[in-house]
Order: sequence, then structure tokens, then C-alpha cells
Amino acid sequence: MGAQLRVYRQKIKSAQTTKKITRAMELISASRIQKAQARVAASTPYSRAITRAVSAVATYSNVEHVLTTEPARVDRAAVLIFASDRGLAGAFSSQVLREAEELSELLRSQGKDVVYFLVGRKAVAYFGFRRRASERIWTGGTDQPQFETAKDIGDALLESFLRDSEDGGVDEIHIVYNRFVSMVTQVPEVVRLLPLEVVEGVEEPGEQTILPLYEFEPDVESVLDGLLPVYIESRLFNAMLQSAASEHASRQKAMKSASDNADKLITDYTRLSNNARQSEITQQISEIVGGADALSSAKK
Amino acid sequence: MAAPLKVSVVSADQQVWAGEATMVVARTTEGEIGILAGHEPMLAILASGEVRVTLADGSKVVAEAADGFLSVENDTVTIVARQAGLV
Repeated sequence: MGAQLRVYRQKIKSAQTTKKITRAMELISASRIQKAQARVAASTPYSRAITRAVSAVATYSNVEHVLTTEPARVDRAAVLIFASDRGLAGAFSSQVLREAEELSELLRSQGKDVVYFLVGRKAVAYFGFRRRASERIWTGGTDQPQFETAKDIGDALLESFLRDSEDGGVDEIHIVYNRFVSMVTQVPEVVRLLPLEVVEGVEEPGEQTILPLYEFEPDVESVLDGLLPVYIESRLFNAMLQSAASEHASRQKAMKSASDNADKLITDYTRLSNNARQSEITQQISEIVGGADALSSAKK
Repeated sequence: MAAPLKVSVVSADQQVWAGEATMVVARTTEGEIGILAGHEPMLAILASGEVRVTLADGSKVVAEAADGFLSVENDTVTIVARQAGLV
């Protein structure tokens, strides 16, 4: 076998092996995405109930709460980035990081210091490579988020929000995550988490949706105290679930195109190797014919 | 009998139970509270403990709820808790 032919055969083999891997990853993501979407749907009643309660309190009381008050001066802003733990998910992590960079740029131009909270190994690696500092990191389980992690993140963010900015606390908190729009579209989204603006679910008070005058037990302040951190956790948990669903969708898409590319490579190399084989045969024939010619002309 | 209550018990990652009932008994930070149809709108913080839901046929559903709150409006009772589960 000619050297040329052997090289092509090797390349075909390697493309086939790669394709096996990417195809498997594609199938795994495709099955996980259903589960991730189901989890987003399952957590909706909780977040809807909480949002409704928070808007009820916000509408019917004039209580100022530390979490809803705009600080007079914003010296330091925190950015929480939801990336993934593993790569091979197309632009998933890079688009959210790019969005975060743009946000930081904007915040810095407003004269604010920016500190980072990172979720996912890819974000940590991005910051580590650039030798940039981050306040807290959470890694592991970005593809199957647990509520405990959301609670943990919520606690850390609240703690740093409630600290004075002289002691290293932050005055506002933004989150950047991939929102799951559909199987083919995931949009990086920036939301300001704190100070709170209750926007989602505040329905226009129509005929039936007029919120009743609530009785609070024990009193408005304690209800708000109890409710707001829970609200923040549920927002974070929702962001994590959306991010997980997006990660799977993005990975499925990336792996699908990788498998398609492998297919194309295999076709190309098969053609080339056929070509090489054929020219090898042609060469051998012409050598034989040439040899026979030489022999028969020598006899005469 | 008054119109039944619509009750839903929700935890962070799923809806634990939903259905109609005649009475809900829950423990708030102030003490136990029983809710019947026609109760005034209310938002209360739950102390950890059990929530007992009495159904129309007299049977009971008991759920364990911790870290949550209870909201009542228009005969709809929502029990929201970080951790909740049926007992």
C-alpha cells in the first residue's frame, strides 16, 4: 500500500473515532435537555407564588426595606456570572463572559469598582488565565443545579450587599446568565438583582387581578424580611436552571455540527483515498506495460 | 357548605400537592392558624412544622414545610416553602 493511501486511511479512522464521541455527547445532551426543561417548568409555581407575594407586599405597604432602597452612591458593583463547568458547548460560556465584560466596561465608565462572583469552572479558568481576582467561586453541578447552591450564592451575595462599601461590600449586584429561549436560541441576559426591582409578574391590575388588601403576620417588616431573601434565591435558582438548560441545548447544537463536520471530512478523505488508490493502480499497470514492452523489444 | 379552598403546596423545585380542601391548618411564627373558606387575605411567615389539609371527604393530607410562607387570597391558599414534602 502506498504511503499516500495509508495517510488518508489514518485520517478517516481518526475522523470516525471523533464522530463517535461527538455523536454520543449530542445524544446525551439531547436527553438531558428534556430533564432540564422539566425542572425549569417544575420550579415555576414556586417562583410565581413568591413573585406574587412580593408584589403584593410592595403594592400595599410603603415600608422601606434595605434590599429595595437605591443607595445614594454606588462605589462598587458585583457581577455574578453563570458559565458552565465543561466546554464543548459552543459559544455558551464565551457569550456570557463577553456580555459580562461589556457590562463591566459600562459599570467602570460610571466610576464603579467591579467585583466578580463566578459560577462554573469555565468562568474560573477565564479569570485565572487573565490573572484577575474574583470574590467567590462556585464550581461543580452547573448542568444539574441544586437549590442549596442557589441558597448559598444568595447568602453570599446578601452578606456582601449588606456590608458597607468601606468594608468591601457592594452597592449593587448584577447577574449575567444564558436565558433559554428555545432549543436553537439561548440569549445571554443581564439582570440587576439588587437593589431589587420587582418587575416580573407585576400584572396590570385588571378586573380580576386586583390584589386584595393583605393582612400580614406577624407584621409587614418581618414578612418582607423573610420574603425578599427567598425571592432572591428563587431568582438565582431560576437563572441557574435556565443556564443549565441552555448549556445542554448549546452543547447539543455544537456536537451536532461537529458530527456533521466529521461526516464531511470522512467523505472528503474517502474520495481522496480512492483517488490515491486508483492512481497507484494506474501507475502499476503502466509499469508492467512498460516492462513487457522493454522485454519484447529486447528479444527482437 | 362554603365554597372549598384551592390549596397548593409548593417547594423550591416542584409542586408538592394541589387540590381542593375545606380547611388548612398551618403553623406560623405567631402560632397555629386554621383557614376556612372566606378567610381574609393574608401573608404569614411559616414556622417549620406540619401543614394539615382537610379534604372535602374528611381525609387529611399532611405536609412538612420549613422556611416558607403562607398566602391566602380569594379562597386560594398557597403554601410556599424551600423544603416541603408530604408525610
